[in-house]
Amino acid sequence: MKHLIESRDLSPSDTKGILDLADQIIREPAKYAQVCSGKKLATLFFEPSTRTRLSFEAAMMELGGNVIGFASADSTSASKGESVADTIRVVQNYADIVAMRHPKEGSAKVAALHASIPIINAGDGGHEHPTQTLTDLLTINSLLGRLDHITIGLCGDLTFGRTVHSLIHALMGYDHISFALISPQELTLPSYIREEMVGRDIPFKEVERLESVIDELDVLYMTRVQRERFFNEEDYIRLRDSYILDGAKMKQAKKEMIVLHPLPRVNEIAAEVDDDPRACYFKQVLYGKYVRMALIMTLLELEV
Amino acid sequence: MNVDSVERGLVIDHIKAGKCMEIYSVLGLDKLDCSVAIIKNARSKKTGKKDIVKIEDRIDIDLDVLGFIDPNITINIIENGVITQKRRLAPPDRITNVIKCKNPRCITSVEPDLSHVFKRTGLREDGATYRCVYCEQEYDG
Repeated sequence: MKHLIESRDLSPSDTKGILDLADQIIREPAKYAQVCSGKKLATLFFEPSTRTRLSFEAAMMELGGNVIGFASADSTSASKGESVADTIRVVQNYADIVAMRHPKEGSAKVAALHASIPIINAGDGGHEHPTQTLTDLLTINSLLGRLDHITIGLCGDLTFGRTVHSLIHALMGYDHISFALISPQELTLPSYIREEMVGRDIPFKEVERLESVIDELDVLYMTRVQRERFFNEEDYIRLRDSYILDGAKMKQAKKEMIVLHPLPRVNEIAAEVDDDPRACYFKQVLYGKYVRMALIMTLLELEV
Repeated sequence: MNVDSVERGLVIDHIKAGKCMEIYSVLGLDKLDCSVAIIKNARSKKTGKKDIVKIEDRIDIDLDVLGFIDPNITINIIENGVITQKRRLAPPDRITNVIKCKNPRCITSVEPDLSHVFKRTGLREDGATYRCVYCEQEYDG
């Protein structure tokens, strides 16, 4: 694996290697504190995303490496009309690895086609966000102790929610996974992913109400209805409060279910849920840093 | 209606009725100096009617493009007034700069120098499915 652009770039053995390495880093962080000494990560964020950028930067720093980059397109040549390909051909002279976020779908693939150094897709519009997927897999594996035999509910914006698309692709590779797709009719899963699930005989059901399936779930993955994915404000306001997880709904859930969320949340998880031991979305953030450390090491082919 | 038979050249046959002008345009046949005959709604035993394009010259044509537009097309290569070769087409695995991605969120929508590349992702009863290699949006015509 030279780049990580789509969750499908990850073979089961790639994923296992990264998750195993992340486990080792969690157990003995000091052992990895200088492994990236002398290396530079360029964080190219053409679209603001503070938490993903900070996670990458913290990951590189905890490996002993350095970070350069920008946090919005305004301060770059992209605002003057420079292409993604040209930006990458320039930046690869300064850095050893790139983490890139861009509002346009497919932008990371364009970058990878022109890059001589590894490119990590840190989100390309509504398309893919594979490091969030690795984060989710590490979180589930660490907290449930398995990535197979899981019933996972995905709730909220399933049309534009790239984290959901990537996670579904990744989990389809494990045995005995079933999906509950919980969304308003306006925000259901794109047909091409549904067709893939049908083609691979993956069990799934589509429901409009979270209450109708929450008691069956091992994992509940909540997502935000993102304002920036809508073309008009009226649709956003009408749908944003459709799916809110609160204490009453949590009472119907299994005792060992875990609640995940890619964050930031707006109001789709009530604050009262935060104190429930099944609320794992802040632990998920920490796992995100560890898995990015493992990914950077893997793509740079570094070992301890 | 009579159209002279081709002595040396190509006959693109079994074109779905109504598609011949698309083929004329995509293959750039307007730029040729030789004779080109376009026959619309010719009688067909199989489909009732079909279009045919006759080209009085041996030009190189992009078979992938034709396979994308209509995989049922047959290409007859004519030498000395007789068919020397019959080629059947199949939907191509990949097409470049034949169709454009219509997804307004795709990187190709803001970077005009990027090639529009589509890959075949499956076969449906009504034909092949093509998706943009960048954003994975399905091409729906």
